Amino acid sequence: MRKIVLIALVLISGVLFTARLFYLQVYDASGDSLSQNSAIKVMYDYPQRGYMFDRNGKLLVSNQPSYDVMVIPKDVKPLDTLEFCGLLKITKEEFKEILHKARVYSPRLPSVVLPQLNKADYASLSEKMYKYEGFYIQRRSLREYQVNHSANVMGYIAEVNNAIIDENPYYQMGELIGTAGVEKEYEDVLRGVKGVKYIQKDRFNRDIGPYKEGLYDTLPERGNDVQLTIDAALQKYGQELMIHKRGGIVAIEPSTGEILALITAPSYDPSLLVGRDRSKNFTKLWYDTIGKPLYDRVLMGEYPPGSPFKTLIALVGLHEQVVDTLDKFYCYRGFRYGNRLLGCHSHPTPLAMVGGIANSCNAYFCNVYKRIIDKYPTPQEGIDAWRSDLMSFGLGDFLGYDLPSGKKGNIPTSKYYNKIHDFPAHNWSSLATISNAIGQGEVLLTPMQMANFTAAIANRGYYYTPHIIKNIIGPDTIPQKFKEKHYTTVEQEDFKPVVEGMYQVYQRGTAHSIQIPGIEMCGKTGTAENFTKINGKRVQLTDHSIFIAFAPKDNPKIAIAVFVENGYWGSRWAGRIAGLMIEKYLKGEITRTDMEKYVLEGSLEAEYAKPYSGQPFSINH
Amino acid sequence: MAATKSYVRFDWLMIFMYIALVAMGWINIYSASLSDAAKGFFDFDQIYGKQMIWIGLSIVIIIFVLAIESKFYERFASVIYIVSLVSLVGLFVFGKTIAGATSWYDFGGISIQPSEFVKATTALALAKYVSDIQTDMKDFTYQIGAFIILVLPAILIILQPDPGSALIYAAFVFPLYREGLHGVYLLLGLFTVMLFVSTLAFGAVWVAVGVVILAGILFYRNRKKRPNIIKYVLIVMGAIVFAFSVSYIFNNVFKQHHRDRFNIVLGKEVDARGIGYNTHQSEIAISNGGWLGKGWTQGTQTKGNFVPEQHTDYIFSTVGEEWGFVGSMIVVLLFVALITRIIFRAEKQKNQFGRVYGYSVAAILFFHFFVNIGMVTGIFPTVGIPLPFFSYGGSALWGFTILLFIFVKLDGANYHYA
Repeated sequence: MRKIVLIALVLISGVLFTARLFYLQVYDASGDSLSQNSAIKVMYDYPQRGYMFDRNGKLLVSNQPSYDVMVIPKDVKPLDTLEFCGLLKITKEEFKEILHKARVYSPRLPSVVLPQLNKADYASLSEKMYKYEGFYIQRRSLREYQVNHSANVMGYIAEVNNAIIDENPYYQMGELIGTAGVEKEYEDVLRGVKGVKYIQKDRFNRDIGPYKEGLYDTLPERGNDVQLTIDAALQKYGQELMIHKRGGIVAIEPSTGEILALITAPSYDPSLLVGRDRSKNFTKLWYDTIGKPLYDRVLMGEYPPGSPFKTLIALVGLHEQVVDTLDKFYCYRGFRYGNRLLGCHSHPTPLAMVGGIANSCNAYFCNVYKRIIDKYPTPQEGIDAWRSDLMSFGLGDFLGYDLPSGKKGNIPTSKYYNKIHDFPAHNWSSLATISNAIGQGEVLLTPMQMANFTAAIANRGYYYTPHIIKNIIGPDTIPQKFKEKHYTTVEQEDFKPVVEGMYQVYQRGTAHSIQIPGIEMCGKTGTAENFTKINGKRVQLTDHSIFIAFAPKDNPKIAIAVFVENGYWGSRWAGRIAGLMIEKYLKGEITRTDMEKYVLEGSLEAEYAKPYSGQPFSINH
Repeated sequence: MAATKSYVRFDWLMIFMYIALVAMGWINIYSASLSDAAKGFFDFDQIYGKQMIWIGLSIVIIIFVLAIESKFYERFASVIYIVSLVSLVGLFVFGKTIAGATSWYDFGGISIQPSEFVKATTALALAKYVSDIQTDMKDFTYQIGAFIILVLPAILIILQPDPGSALIYAAFVFPLYREGLHGVYLLLGLFTVMLFVSTLAFGAVWVAVGVVILAGILFYRNRKKRPNIIKYVLIVMGAIVFAFSVSYIFNNVFKQHHRDRFNIVLGKEVDARGIGYNTHQSEIAISNGGWLGKGWTQGTQTKGNFVPEQHTDYIFSTVGEEWGFVGSMIVVLLFVALITRIIFRAEKQKNQFGRVYGYSVAAILFFHFFVNIGMVTGIFPTVGIPLPFFSYGGSALWGFTILLFIFVKLDGANYHYA
């Protein structure tokens, strides 16, 4: 016993240390990674973000250098504060406050004194910088917008938040990421790859040289430029036309699915979200809950489509073989069912399909719709068959375009009606859903979906998924999914009478007033009832002005949907705007200057002010 | 003829292990103290350069120690011991104060810390006393005698104050136990050390509370054996009195710089960023090592000087970071092997003097090894004592060298007589 106690203790401590070392070094080696090592500082070298061009190669957004004045408080030597503040254009009190905050944050680490100097301020400051020890200028790269429109398309970049950092380890606190529009959708393409430098630190957090002589360091790779499908001139023109109106314009090239214009109004100058006032401006835009400039109405707005939807009812009717092109229906100043009336305006009657579309006869489409639903043994089956035909036009679901925001819209299902009518306790018939026939009721579409089905009609039966990317420069490619045709369930020959009807709309129907010399257009007006809630009460507002069109009639180059909130009848605003856009795109110049003047000078601000006035108001005049 | 020839066989295994530890120590000191100002391996302005000088002088010391007749150590043990005590006392007059402790003589730029040598001289004195023909460790009188030999230098060292170094004298309980001291003293020694450290760390009141609770639990568990309640009360009382006197001396007799020194040793003061900073950084460094380590001079915590005192008491964290589990195990195994070898050789000694001395060497090395690596790997509280042969410092290296090589000499003489 006396001989073995010490030896036993020695051996036990050997085992104890082995276990402890094994635990620290092998079992629990969680700290063993470069980025988590407190002795290694990871510094990133940020590449230039890729540029954006329009379809004609016009530069939309590039980068500009920006200069942050930085300070390391402990290195600051006594200085001519008055002169320095003059250069920085801040007061002495502000300067003291900034310096105090920086010192509180860390005396040894850099803090920002003044972010994002412009070039002029930088120039005057950089000459004198040598005088101010402890201060230095750090260069950053910011977006520089070459245009003042298309903010909704290009989107913006912002600092990453914690959720993004948790989700994607590429990003570090304080870095920038595309958070809307193309900037978000093509973030991976545009951002490039940041370079990494590992710096060995000492315990005071000072750099003492590259880690392992830079063995693990990487160089930054510049982001790829992208060419967008939008036409900058058209985009700019559309934005001008939409001044003092709310709504949007979507124009698509039917033969490719390329989005020629994507305009939401009101919008904002993209340059507002760059530079020193970014935060202030963003807050202002964010809290504009009436105009909602950050809300992309053409992608996010779900509206009743109104009469343009009738073209689809006609197509589905033909496809379901419940109506012949020559079948005529009487209009009794509307569609009467039971003791109820779905009203219509005055026009010749009875009408066949072409006339029905040209005159936008409600009774005609109620009859066709009723036949579609009643073709099937139960209204449930009828609704679902009708719905699946509509979905083949890209309705009722996300379209799959390459922009990060969107809504599904709504094409109601039989389940939906079963629920609201408490089926099977209560039966319901096609007449319960008759508003669908004229694009009112439960049917909701985004302006983007409207433009897309217009393109499908222009193509006589198929569409390409709308997209904003024309080319990723470098790999020179776009995703394969944008090169695939999506066929509708409706056969090609069934489009003929509908296209003819839409042509007659323009020739002698509801849109004859917007005729433009030399342009063969097919269109459809829409005037959609809409409601809002004021103090919990459902109040009807002035109708939405809607227009869809494509041109030329044969071999169409452009399909367009225009939506003007509370603009009253379809051709009043939307029709005019669509006509001007089409002419601008096809001819590059405007012949209907009277129409252009009307639109440019017209304003709906008074209309939009009504619900907020607190006063009783009248609509539709 | 052979019997009279001064033919001496040394235990080369011990010597090789010593050389290995010293060499590895220097390699790690080099890494831990490397700075931009360094001008190559032989830059004697640098810490590692100085350590190289100390190692060189160690060779001279080894030759001296081995050259002296082994009987000399036994015969002059008392004189050497007394001289060494005088050197400790002399500190109070001529000593130089570094980091709150008056533990150093300054010889024109070179500082010598006598307490590093007193371990060896106390071991000699104790061996001499215990091996005396009359001495019987079962006899209370001789127990007192041995106790005085140990406690005198310990007290002088505590007064410097250098509690870490003083603590080491508890290690002598092992050779005494080997020579017949009752096992209870072993436990008592351990108990005293724990009381001492925890009183300084947590305060006397908490220690008293802890002692009472512990005694209560023990009493309750042994209640069927009808324990002697008076014995329990006496032990508890004794412990509490001890704790409060330690506390009293600490707070009322010592001056602030003494207290600072205690706190440094116990890791309270150096913790500029909160309790446990040293240990935390040291653990991170060791964890960084993984299986094979980051490679020599590539440790990131080591390079960044994150571990305070890394070239001295925390040198093992460099081993952990740069040589990994494998390297750390080699060092741990070397220490275990060396100490085991010393004990093994001590048992082989023909005379009691050699055996007691050998045991003392093993016990002292073990205490240093155990407390130091326990502290660096974060198992035990911070007690600032060096890792033998490894940590930077001339006095420590020479002290341990003398301690070990006197035994190598004694052991060699045994071969001679065999």
